[in-house]
Amino acid sequence: MNPFLDTPQTSPGLWALAWRRLRADRMAMVALAVVAWFLLTLLLSAAGFIAKDWDAEIGVNYAPPTFMGAQSAEERGVQGMHAAEVATPDNPRDPLRDIIRQLRAEREGGANPALVQFDDYGIADPLAAEIAEIRAAQGQRNTTAAIEKRATLPLGADKWGHDIIQKTIKGSETSIVVGLTAALLATVLGTLFGAVAGYYGKWVDDCFNWFYSVFTSVPYLLLILAVAAVLQQKGVLTIVLILGLTGWTGVFRLIRAEYIKHKNREYVLAADAIGASDLRKMFIHIFPNISHVSLVQMSILTVAFIKSEVILSFLGFGVPVGMASWGSMLNEAQNELILGKWWQLAAASAAMAVLVTAFSLFTDALRDALDPKLK
Amino acid sequence: MTAYILRRLWQMLPTLLGVVVLVFLLFNWVGGDPAYILAGKMSNPEQIANIRKQLGVDEPYWVQMWIFIKQIVTGDFGASWSTGETVKNVLETRLGPSMTVLIPLTILETLIAIGLALGVAYVRGSLTDRMVMIACTVGMSISILVYIIVFQYWLAYKLGLFPVQGWGDSLSENLFHYALLPILIALAVGIAPNLRLFRTFFLDEINQDYVRTGRAKGLSEPRILWVHVLRNASIPIVTHVMANLPSLLIGAFLIERFFSIPGIGREVILAVERSDFPVIKAITVYVAAATMLFNLLADLIYKAIDPRVQLK
Repeated sequence: MNPFLDTPQTSPGLWALAWRRLRADRMAMVALAVVAWFLLTLLLSAAGFIAKDWDAEIGVNYAPPTFMGAQSAEERGVQGMHAAEVATPDNPRDPLRDIIRQLRAEREGGANPALVQFDDYGIADPLAAEIAEIRAAQGQRNTTAAIEKRATLPLGADKWGHDIIQKTIKGSETSIVVGLTAALLATVLGTLFGAVAGYYGKWVDDCFNWFYSVFTSVPYLLLILAVAAVLQQKGVLTIVLILGLTGWTGVFRLIRAEYIKHKNREYVLAADAIGASDLRKMFIHIFPNISHVSLVQMSILTVAFIKSEVILSFLGFGVPVGMASWGSMLNEAQNELILGKWWQLAAASAAMAVLVTAFSLFTDALRDALDPKLK
Repeated sequence: MTAYILRRLWQMLPTLLGVVVLVFLLFNWVGGDPAYILAGKMSNPEQIANIRKQLGVDEPYWVQMWIFIKQIVTGDFGASWSTGETVKNVLETRLGPSMTVLIPLTILETLIAIGLALGVAYVRGSLTDRMVMIACTVGMSISILVYIIVFQYWLAYKLGLFPVQGWGDSLSENLFHYALLPILIALAVGIAPNLRLFRTFFLDEINQDYVRTGRAKGLSEPRILWVHVLRNASIPIVTHVMANLPSLLIGAFLIERFFSIPGIGREVILAVERSDFPVIKAITVYVAAATMLFNLLADLIYKAIDPRVQLK
């Protein structure tokens, strides 16, 4: 009896082998766990289970992290903000300068006895009762609001009292979603173009190569900024389109080379012999053999696009105002740091650094696992 | 050699034309009517018609395209839409400050990265190698924004070691006073990725036969590394450095913006913020042309490094 006939040995496929190699790499598994944790948080916040009320002002302005203890309004620099508002410098070229000065003088002279003691002349104010009522209600609401607002939050609060933890989670959602979708778009474009150019060759290849050299001769960031300048409207879709439509070149080059390598292999010739169409050969026969290249490229692009999104949003060309993103958080944090409020900066940078590190380590491991020859 | 250079220049034309068409489509077609942007919020139909006539956007597309090509060749892009300064002047005056930061930065970055990468490649696989690689990965994961914000706050604002921002008139003042911190930060950001890349270049060479031959005939390790390995690995390094030069010009835009350095990168951001299309168009086209020229230069340097390279 031949033991090999009894138990048919199925050889594990590329993905099973890659997964086995990945499992053996402890660092890769840790990195994968971190990425998975970020993705889980993203799903929960997108579904509205957590960080739903990130823009509720639940803390006092610039509430410090809990471990630092509560700070008074002066310590938080909230008073200073108002002082700064009054001390607007005089612009000698301002045509309204004199009027503003006059108005300011009137406002500062608000305690003018003649105005305040108007009632003493005995004129009855018909709205006095109502105004008093409104004032009382307003006063009450202010005090209750002050009580509800917490003096400290686990990781502090921003200028308006938004919880930094929730804001960071919401920011992660924006940044990761933008990074992933833009990377998907760029990879699909690059793979399609690369497949067509590499498979058909000749003048088709020349056309795509010309297209490629045009896109690569403009520095990537300059191209992004030029598109951002033209598109004018901000939004998640715009930024995904910008990144995706400009980022396909690297994928194209690699996929094209793979198709050139594969198109004359025996299995493709065999497919040709049984009458498979060009599309079938390209995407049913060749693509599974090179799909790992696309996957690794997509992983690399995701990291690059998350970084680009942060820079674009920081500069104000990214997500619209009122939407949390790591980039807009860093933008706010830049001014807060001068006031000594470092917690928003720390939270956004740490979240981004952890995710990007884990994602990069995972990408490296993925590449090694899928293409062991590279090592 | 001359024939080769001429042929390469000739081959650049289609690509350059492609860039021109791309930029033209982007700004004259995707972007909609520039007259509306230029006229701003307060405008009436006559004003818009006037501006359209001035810009030439009421002409057919091929005429506009011809105007654009003429602008590129003569370098006369007219005046900036927001400041009225001629675009030619904008480009000429902004190039100097950018170069003051970029030239020392590129030289230092390349040399330091080569030195460190050779060292790490020599002890490949050791604990030091792995720690340096992990440190690089972590360092690369932190946004460049964080480096700039933290270093500017801590070294310049808090400790007062450097000026927080600014730019002077004399080269030495700029180079040794204002450009120091920007260069330092750019080095902190730029060395990690270069170190990783150069290490792989050196690793490709360090197991070659000629290294063993060198050891066998008793060459010292430093001589093997710095003379033999470095020379062989320098082709991919030169490619990388040359290919990166134009994007460095733009890549330094964050640094220029934070430190108020009046360079090309800061000009790009300002122009994008103000929808100043002539400035963006001019910079895009010229930087693309510069990229192609640098690629040619890289190929010529190969020939100098490696006489086996045949320029075809």
